[in-house]
Amino acid sequence: MKRTQRAKRTKRTKPAQRILMKGNVAICEGAITAGCQAYYGYPITPQNEIPAYLAKRMVELGRVFLQAESELAAINMVFGSAVAGARAMTSSSSPGISLKQEGISYLAGCELPAVIVNVQRGGPGLGNISGSQGDYFQATRGGGHGDYKNIVLTPYSVQEMYDLTILAFDLADKYRNPVIVLADGVLGQMLEPVTPSTISHQPIAISKDWALDGCKGREPRKIRSLLMAEGALEEHNWKLNEKYSKIKKNEVRYETYNLMDAEIVLVAFGIAARVGKGAMNIARGKGYKVGLIRPITLWPFPEKIISDTAERLHSITQSLNHLTTFLVVEMNLGQMLEDVKLAVSGKVPVEFYGRPGGGLVTQEEILEKIKQISK
Amino acid sequence: MKKIFSRPESLKETQHLYCPGCGHGIIHRIIAEVADELNIREKTIGIAPVGCAVFAYDYWNFDVTEAAHGRPPAVATGIKRVLPNRIVFTYQGDGDLAAIGTAEIIHAANRGEKITVIFVNNAAYGMTGGQMAPTTLIGQKTLTTPFGRNAERDGYPLKICELLSSLEGVVFLERTGVNSPENVLKTKKAIKKAFQNQIGNSGFSLVEVLSQCPVIWRMGPVESCKWIEKVMVKTFPLGVFKDTNRHE
Repeated sequence: MKRTQRAKRTKRTKPAQRILMKGNVAICEGAITAGCQAYYGYPITPQNEIPAYLAKRMVELGRVFLQAESELAAINMVFGSAVAGARAMTSSSSPGISLKQEGISYLAGCELPAVIVNVQRGGPGLGNISGSQGDYFQATRGGGHGDYKNIVLTPYSVQEMYDLTILAFDLADKYRNPVIVLADGVLGQMLEPVTPSTISHQPIAISKDWALDGCKGREPRKIRSLLMAEGALEEHNWKLNEKYSKIKKNEVRYETYNLMDAEIVLVAFGIAARVGKGAMNIARGKGYKVGLIRPITLWPFPEKIISDTAERLHSITQSLNHLTTFLVVEMNLGQMLEDVKLAVSGKVPVEFYGRPGGGLVTQEEILEKIKQISK
Repeated sequence: MKKIFSRPESLKETQHLYCPGCGHGIIHRIIAEVADELNIREKTIGIAPVGCAVFAYDYWNFDVTEAAHGRPPAVATGIKRVLPNRIVFTYQGDGDLAAIGTAEIIHAANRGEKITVIFVNNAAYGMTGGQMAPTTLIGQKTLTTPFGRNAERDGYPLKICELLSSLEGVVFLERTGVNSPENVLKTKKAIKKAFQNQIGNSGFSLVEVLSQCPVIWRMGPVESCKWIEKVMVKTFPLGVFKDTNRHE
């Protein structure tokens, strides 16, 4: 197994203790470690452990916990705390995240840092409470109105629920941009050992010289996304675009497994990548040359590793006349599939296996699909 | 020579975009005077609404943020909870506060958020050209009630002070007007009290200000002031609806 790039983790100085933790709780501990000063929540399954856990922990730590009257209120409370320069977070699950979209658009427009956790469930509508990946488009395309981007981090283990939540706060502050942690109901409910940071995490030192905390000794500041002056809005959007280009250049994260000799390359994220990894290992045991690319950032999307791999697969087909292909596995009807197809750009075939809201992909099903492709 | 009257420090020297005869300018100035008198300019954070007063951040000389339509009380909550020593207020119109933001205002009030709310009631949506507001009077003609507001079809004017007065988290509610010099002075007294309550950390305070809107009402400025006095106060009587003067 080869790992070319890993999620950046906080450096550790001594052998770390492993703690058995539920995914949703790992998010809470990550937020606490990252110095989250305010959390605003509203009940929805399957993320209810987050507000319940933080209701106790945040208060013990003298930080802000508040159960809002709605998801709309919660995201706007996050907006307020971000305006005031605090690290703030909200969490919800798919239908609740839909309600937050207006607020997320305002956060993006006003360039405010915030962390939004989506423990996805099946949709559309109320759907059901089992894990799903149906919100890929909503998270990666912006989701609310206007031309904006969220940074989207997607964990595939309870450890990453912890690590990526910490990273989310740092990236939010660094770029003054909303960051979405796109998890799912399976990860949220899963118990796994987590190695927490044994040294206290140092939030990146960034001066919030834009925050509103009263104009003592300085000129008054304003935070707004309304730009009515001739040309001002377009200029603002170009400036945002420049920031997005910088994020695309600096923040792409992914892991690869068994890519070196792979002829069938799975692309999967989150829980589907976890299942896909198992399927890959079984397939390898049966002699199939299977590899896996696992995006950790869904936006910015790791398109280069996919297009580079497409080039390599194409040359294998050319020189050895072997069948090569990508196989995208998702718990939806094919959303990341579109981004993979764009990156592959027709060089080799892109197959898809997915199950929409209510379905959970299994190793056996993926294995079956691999066998089918290889025939 | 002794200076006896000047522009408050909390008000920027800039031209307002409001229509002739509009009440916003008076209310903005009252807030600025109060901020000066209470010496809170440097620790005040205002929240401008969606609506005519969205440009308030260009007029006040202290920190101001915008908020999505209806959400200022939630934004104020998020600011005040992390900066409990600052003075946080929302400035909202009737569409913002009493239609789309009804949930936010009721729950911020019910939690007893230690914020100040200035609620400007002109019985119509101003910025979008004069549609029916939740506070539009029965029989009042607007763009979306061309035959007059009909209770059967459109329901009744929403009385926010009366509605909020039953909530335990609320310490101060007063309805005033800015249609006469006497009422302007009363409004200033009420707004000052609403800010003093926050300085004293006592709880949620709201002042509802009946404000003239001549262009939308298709009236002259003087006629508009008279309309408040003769017609609007029948539905929205002026006065103090709650004053617990609770100090912790």
